[in-house]
Amino acid sequence: MSYKTDLPVMLPVKPRALEPFKSLKKRHILLIAFLTIVGPSLVFAQTGEFEKSPLAILLDWTPLLLSGFLFNLVISFGAMALGTFVGGLLGLGQVSLFAPTRASSWLVTQFFRNAPWLVLLFFAMFLLPFELNIFGFKLPLPDWFKAILGLSLPVMANVSEIVRGAVRSLPSGQWEAAESLAYTRRQTLWLIILPQCVKRMLPPWMNLYSILTMATVLASIVGVSEVMTLTGRALAAEGGRTDLLAPFYGLVLVLFFIYCYPIARFTVWLEHKFSVIN
Amino acid sequence: MTWSATSDPMVSIKNVYKSFGSLDVLNGVTLDVMKGDVICIIGPSGSGKSTLIRCINALNDIQSGSILVEGLEVNDPNLDKLELRKKVGMVFQQYNLFPHKTALQNIMMAPVRVLKQNKKTSEAAALELLKKVRLEGKENAYPGELSGGQQQRVAIARSLAMQPDVILFDEVTAALDPETVGEVLQTIKELAEDGMTCILVTHEMAFAREVADHIYFTDRGIIVEHGPPETFFKDAKDPRTREFLSQIL
Amino acid sequence: MDFIFEWFRTLYSETGVNLPFIYDEYDRKRMAEGLLTTIWLSLICLFFSIIIGVIGAWLQGSSLKWTRRIVNGYIQLFRNTPPLVQLYFFYFAIGTLLPRVENDWGGTSPMLGSFAWAAISLSFFAGAFNVEIFRSGIEAVPKSTVEAAEALGFSRLQIYRDITLPLAFRVVIPAMNNNLVNLVKTTTLAYAIAVPEMLYEANQIWSDNVNVTEMMIFLLLAYFVLVGVLVAGMNKWERAMKIPGFG
Repeated sequence: MSYKTDLPVMLPVKPRALEPFKSLKKRHILLIAFLTIVGPSLVFAQTGEFEKSPLAILLDWTPLLLSGFLFNLVISFGAMALGTFVGGLLGLGQVSLFAPTRASSWLVTQFFRNAPWLVLLFFAMFLLPFELNIFGFKLPLPDWFKAILGLSLPVMANVSEIVRGAVRSLPSGQWEAAESLAYTRRQTLWLIILPQCVKRMLPPWMNLYSILTMATVLASIVGVSEVMTLTGRALAAEGGRTDLLAPFYGLVLVLFFIYCYPIARFTVWLEHKFSVIN
Repeated sequence: MTWSATSDPMVSIKNVYKSFGSLDVLNGVTLDVMKGDVICIIGPSGSGKSTLIRCINALNDIQSGSILVEGLEVNDPNLDKLELRKKVGMVFQQYNLFPHKTALQNIMMAPVRVLKQNKKTSEAAALELLKKVRLEGKENAYPGELSGGQQQRVAIARSLAMQPDVILFDEVTAALDPETVGEVLQTIKELAEDGMTCILVTHEMAFAREVADHIYFTDRGIIVEHGPPETFFKDAKDPRTREFLSQIL
Repeated sequence: MDFIFEWFRTLYSETGVNLPFIYDEYDRKRMAEGLLTTIWLSLICLFFSIIIGVIGAWLQGSSLKWTRRIVNGYIQLFRNTPPLVQLYFFYFAIGTLLPRVENDWGGTSPMLGSFAWAAISLSFFAGAFNVEIFRSGIEAVPKSTVEAAEALGFSRLQIYRDITLPLAFRVVIPAMNNNLVNLVKTTTLAYAIAVPEMLYEANQIWSDNVNVTEMMIFLLLAYFVLVGVLVAGMNKWERAMKIPGFG
C-alpha cells in the first residue's frame, strides 16, 4: 500500500524574485558601459594628436548603429507577430480532439522546436525565392523579409508549446463545468479556456520576445543589414583597428541590454502578479 | 568538570535567557533532568517550549544562562557540536527524513558518516532498530511511500542509531492523524520503559500523565509550575496552570 | 558499406537528390567531423556551464553584498544580450587583446583559437542561466531537513554534499534538460567564427555541390535527431533519479 505523505517531502520550487533594488538598472548599465566602452577607450587613449580617440569615433558612428538597431527591432516585431499568429493556431491544433490534427501539429511543433534558430534562418534565406510570382504580379522578397519569415518559424513552435502548456495547466474542472452547461468545444475554448490562458501565457511569451530580439543579430550572418553588419562595416571603414573592437561591440551589447533588461524585469513582475491571483 | 551519572543531572538548565531580535522567548528557565527521567514540557503556543529544547541541542543559541549536558557546556563558543550531538538525539514535528534515501539508509547514514562506523555493523543495527519500532519489512521503502506515523517512527529509529543518552521530542505527534498518533506514542513509551532519558514537548496530556516522571508548564518563557503527574494534573497551584489545564482537559 | 554509398550515388544521377556527404568519402569525413565537433563543443560547454552554475549559486548565497551584486550583474548581462554579440566580443575584442604565441610555422597566432573562444563564451552564456536554476534548487530543500541532519551531527560540508546537493539536483533536472537542449542548438553560433561544427561543414558541402535544399533538410533532421536523443536520454535519467513517493 502506498501512502501520500502527510507532510510535503520537499517544497515546491518557487519562482525566484530578483533582489529588490530600484537603481539596479542604472548601475548595471553604467558598469557595462564602463567596462566595454569607456574602459578600453581610455586604455588606448594615447593616440597621436590627429587621431581621434576610440570613444569619439564610436560617437560618430552611433547614429548609424542606432538605425541598424531599430531595424533589428522591426524584424523582431514582424517575426513575433507572424510567429504568434501561426503558433497560436498550431497550439490550438495540439489540443484538438481530432487525432490527425493533434499528431501533425505536435510533429511540426517538435520539429521546429528542436532545430537551431540559425539553421532555420539559413533554411528560409536559401530556400525561399528572391521574388514571388503571384498571378503574374512579381513580389520581391527582400532579405529582411526572408529573415522575418525564418525567425518566425522557431517563434511559431515555441508559441505553440506555450499555448499547449497553458491550456493543459487549467484544471479539468473548467472543461467539465463548461460541458455540463452544454457549451460546444469551440465555445468552451474561446469563451472560457483561452481567456484564462492569456494570463498564464503572457510571461513566457514576453520571455520569448526577449529571446527573439536577441536572435535578430543572427540575420547578420546571412547578410541582412542590421546592427551587427553595420558594426562590421563601420569597423572596416575605420581601418580594422583592434582598439575599436571592444567599444563598438560593447555599444551593441549595451543597446540590447537597455532594451531587453526592462522586458525581463517586467516579465518577472507579471509572473508574480499573476501567481498571486492564481 | 567530571560528570557523574549517579549524582549530577544529565541535563542541567540554569537561568537561560533567549530572544529572537527584540522578541524575548525564554526569560530565565531553570530545570534539571536526571538520567532515566521522562520529562514532559507543556504550555500554550509561543511559551518557548520548542525553543527551549532546541537550545539544549544547540540548534538555537542562548543569550545568557547555562545549559550543561553531561558536563558539556552548550553555551561555550568552542563547543564541539559533534560531541554534543552524539549525546543528544532529536525527533522533529515534521519528521524530516531524507527523501532521497530509503528508511534503512536514513537510519544508517549518520552512524556511518558521522561516527565512522563500519557499514555492515551499522546495517545490522539499523535493521534491529526498525524491528524495535515495528517497521520490519520497510527497509527499502522511501519516505514518500510511508505514512506519517511510519515516517515518524523511522525518525525515532534514526536518532536512536546514534545511541544518544537523551532524546528530545519536539511535538512529534502534532502533525499526525489521530489514528497514527497512538503507534508513535507506543514507541516512545517503550523507549522510556527501556530507561532512555526523554524530554518531550507535547500536547498529549493522557500520554504525559501515563509516562512522565515530571511535568513542566511553561508560559511566556518561564517555568510556571512543575511536579509529578499525580499532583500536577489533580492539584495545580498556580492559576495560569489551572486555566491552561481546564482548557485542554 | 560501399554498396550503400553507391546507391546514393545512383540516387543522385537518377533523381537529382544529391547527398554527397554519404557517397563521397571526403564529404563524409567532413560531415562526421562536424558532427563530432558539435557534440564535443556541447559537452565541454555543458560541463563548464554546470561548474559556473554551482559556483555562482554558492556565491549568490554569500553574506557579502558586493559578491551577490557582482553575480547578479553577470547573470543579467549574459541573459539580456545576444549570445552572438557575446561571442564576437570574446573572440574579436578580447581575443585580439591577448598576447600572440608563436606557432609551428614561425609566425604568430592568437593564443586561443576559435573553438576555445566559442567554448568560453557559450559556457558563460549557459552558466548564467544555470546559476538561477541551481539557486532555486538549493532553496527548494526545506530548512527543516537540513536541521535534522545538523541534529544528527553532520558537518556543514557533509550536509551540503549528502543532503542539499542530491535533493537540489533532482529538483533542477527538468530545467537543466531544457538548458542542455538550448545549448546544443546554440552551438551553431560558433559558425560565425568559423568553428568547423555541423552547420559550418554543411555550408562547405553545399558551397561545393550546390545542393542547398538537401543539406538544409539533412541539417534539420540531424538536429532533430540529436536533440531528440538527448531529450530521451535526459528523460530516462530523470526517471531513474526520481524519488519514489514524491511529486
